[in-house]
Amino acid sequence: MDRVSRRQFLTAGAATGGGLLLGWHVDARARVLAAAAKAKPSVFAPNAFIRIGTDGRVTLIMSQVEMGQGTYTSMPMLLAEELEVGLDQVRLEHAPPDDKLYANPLFGDQETGASTSVRVFYEPLRRAGATARTMLVAAAAATWNVDPASCRAQKGVVTHSPTGRTLTYGALADKAAKLPVPAQVTLKDPKDFKLIGTPAKRLDTPAKVNGTAQYGIDVRLPGMKIATVAASPVLGGKVASLDDSKAKAIKGVRQIVRLDDVVAVVADHMWAAKQGLAALDIRWDDGPNATLSTADVVQGLAAAVQTPGVVARKEGDAAAGIAGAPTKMEAVYQVPFLAHAAMEPMNCTVHVRPDRCEVWTGSQVLTRAQATAAKVTGLPLEKVVVHNHYLGGGFGRRLEFDYVTQAVRIAQQVDGPVKVIWTREEDIQHDVYRPYYYDRVAAGVDARGQPIAWMHRLAGPAILARYLPAAFKDGIDPDGLDGAVHLLYDIPAIQVEFVRHEEPVLNTGFWRGVGVTHNTFVIESFIDELAAAAKQDPVAYRRALLGKSPRARAVLDLAAQAAGWGQPLPAGRGRGVSLLYSGWGSYLAEVAEVAVSKSGEVRVHRIVCAVDCGTVVNPDTVKAQIEGGIVFGISGALWGEVTLKNGRVEQSNFNDVRVLRINETPAIEVLLVRNGEAPGGIGEPGTAVTAPAVANAVFAATGKRIRKLPLENQLRSA
Amino acid sequence: MITLRINGRSQTVDASPDMPLLWVLRDLLGMNGTKFGCGVALCGACTVHLDGIPRRACVMPVGAAIGHAITTIEAIGATPVGKKVQQAWLDLEVVQCGYCQSGQIMAAAALLAKIPAPTDTDIDQAMSGNICRCGTYTRIREAIKQAARTPSTVNKGG
Repeated sequence: MDRVSRRQFLTAGAATGGGLLLGWHVDARARVLAAAAKAKPSVFAPNAFIRIGTDGRVTLIMSQVEMGQGTYTSMPMLLAEELEVGLDQVRLEHAPPDDKLYANPLFGDQETGASTSVRVFYEPLRRAGATARTMLVAAAAATWNVDPASCRAQKGVVTHSPTGRTLTYGALADKAAKLPVPAQVTLKDPKDFKLIGTPAKRLDTPAKVNGTAQYGIDVRLPGMKIATVAASPVLGGKVASLDDSKAKAIKGVRQIVRLDDVVAVVADHMWAAKQGLAALDIRWDDGPNATLSTADVVQGLAAAVQTPGVVARKEGDAAAGIAGAPTKMEAVYQVPFLAHAAMEPMNCTVHVRPDRCEVWTGSQVLTRAQATAAKVTGLPLEKVVVHNHYLGGGFGRRLEFDYVTQAVRIAQQVDGPVKVIWTREEDIQHDVYRPYYYDRVAAGVDARGQPIAWMHRLAGPAILARYLPAAFKDGIDPDGLDGAVHLLYDIPAIQVEFVRHEEPVLNTGFWRGVGVTHNTFVIESFIDELAAAAKQDPVAYRRALLGKSPRARAVLDLAAQAAGWGQPLPAGRGRGVSLLYSGWGSYLAEVAEVAVSKSGEVRVHRIVCAVDCGTVVNPDTVKAQIEGGIVFGISGALWGEVTLKNGRVEQSNFNDVRVLRINETPAIEVLLVRNGEAPGGIGEPGTAVTAPAVANAVFAATGKRIRKLPLENQLRSA
Repeated sequence: MITLRINGRSQTVDASPDMPLLWVLRDLLGMNGTKFGCGVALCGACTVHLDGIPRRACVMPVGAAIGHAITTIEAIGATPVGKKVQQAWLDLEVVQCGYCQSGQIMAAAALLAKIPAPTDTDIDQAMSGNICRCGTYTRIREAIKQAARTPSTVNKGG
């Protein structure tokens, strides 16, 4: 997305999202003071993100949550850059849930997801820092009775340049708090940045290497019980009967909570809870999904994709172009349900009292967590307190709050606080899965092998219709279509269609990259097919179609050059390339080098990924996110698959949810293009660009075109 | 009652001998640095040392730990190898979400204590039982190599 459209998003967000940009200063101070019990009255808090005590302590309040993506460093960098403090001078605090203060402008509520944090908070947080700095400088200037322009701020100290007099931020806090919040402040010229663009050390790392970092699962409260659960193995099923006599006899088991769709064993510790769970005799009424299997889902999607969809992009007449072309190419692509398998299993601690509910968890959507607790308990929102923690992985799973809802329902039956922890098996079998998508793609090709018409129709659920109904307009799910409608290749006729097809047999939602992950696989595999049919080099073929996209061409050239594209490889190896552009606003090109064994095992030896994500806040974080995204993408591409039999998920733990391990991890090189373009997202693109690069490399190595993921299944059955 | 030696201290807990060490540490002793990931020794998040050997606490009955020296992430920094592993992790910014890293660091410290200059194959063998969903593996490998190159600091007053 370019600068203009990004600005439009921000403006729209300000209008619809509770006024983050506009309303922020009005009552921010009172609210923050109310939210922070320990805050003393003499605290300078010009907005909801910064608090400076008279003791000089600078506290930055983190509205975007930390799940590994480095946001607890990049957000402070934005604030500290303009506030003129060092990262070594700040303390971080998790924000409370509050859509009015902390809404993500893109969504209108307090969400961390979709690779948006730096994109949407780049300016607002700098402005928050600059506002505070301006007021502190004004306070110092007033103290000295001098022109503020003759003062400068640095490392938490204001200096009157002509005389060398200094005052610390702590000494100025009282006075600054009494000043009016300026309506306009001047942001730094990027050439004067001291922090933004530098590889700053992450602020959360020290606690994460010595075991002291607190995740949701680490909550400990006086009198707290531990519970683990068995929810209906089939979506929509209910408990038909329960014999809990054996479970109750286990030492340490305190209570069995039976709800209509889940049974919880409440105990003194997790071991007793797990033993109790194993000792339960539950009979389920499986309900309407009792006999469904993956094949039923695929059949439904295969039928759906035959029907015309809602047109999401149309240029020229693609149907006529294909019909009249000398050569017509067509293919069907499929991607499976996928589990997230974040390392920290789902968990949530809840204490329900008659007049109050407290929740301790790790969530990407704090206000949704608060709202569900209020709804379940019937308490007003302000009586529900949510304490957020570090997230032991998000990947989109913690954009859902089903585990919070369930924990509150259980806690309603328990006297005192209870920590509900899902076993890994429960986590895999009650995930909110990446949907199964089914795509038809066709192209008309001219005599020189060039595409003259492109038709892409995808069938799958509309996640946003459920999750963010306001974003689901005119039958178009912008998330499912992300990447597909952004096709960069210069083709005269393009049509992209979406056929909404819901399969109520599994809950589906966001999985690192969501729509882009699947669309990039389809587009980049099919363009590779066109190149192969034209007997042209895959990089050269793409390059020729990118005349109008210089940034895409630049990353493609960079990745190809760094990977040694065209240079000979050992026998049995192949190189594949893929390109990515989507609503995240980042351009990526990736070259994968793989070997495929006779039995169909794929070994990825090397990945080179070139990234242009515009303005970079923390280059090391960008690299880390791309590296990690690639590893996540390889796991998904080679092995990722959740299947159903009799309505039940067949996988259960890391024995059958295979993920990449260190001995299987390729050498990864990430190359950053640095420029002053608007910041693009980096959390998900590394995952999305990887499956097609690997699949195309498999084709180069074996001549086998895999159109259905995961790759190894297909290679074994081929 | 069971008496254990954890991080050099004697601790007494009321637990049945078959209770996994993981839950003794987390739920009875409040030592939360050791993590629950899979419960069946497939992911390595719960790795601790028993007499210096890496073990999966989620499947180790606490009874089997009696009489052995148990070391957890909370104290690994007090050992020369553990200290340089943690420093390498910081220097190379290995960590993302961090949830698996207690186990990764414990596995790496055990490797370096046994093999001070490990090869890539040594690293593969020692670390392939530890899953990281954030995908920090390339940095873990580099950090182990950096730690291997770092001379151990003398543990004064050890």
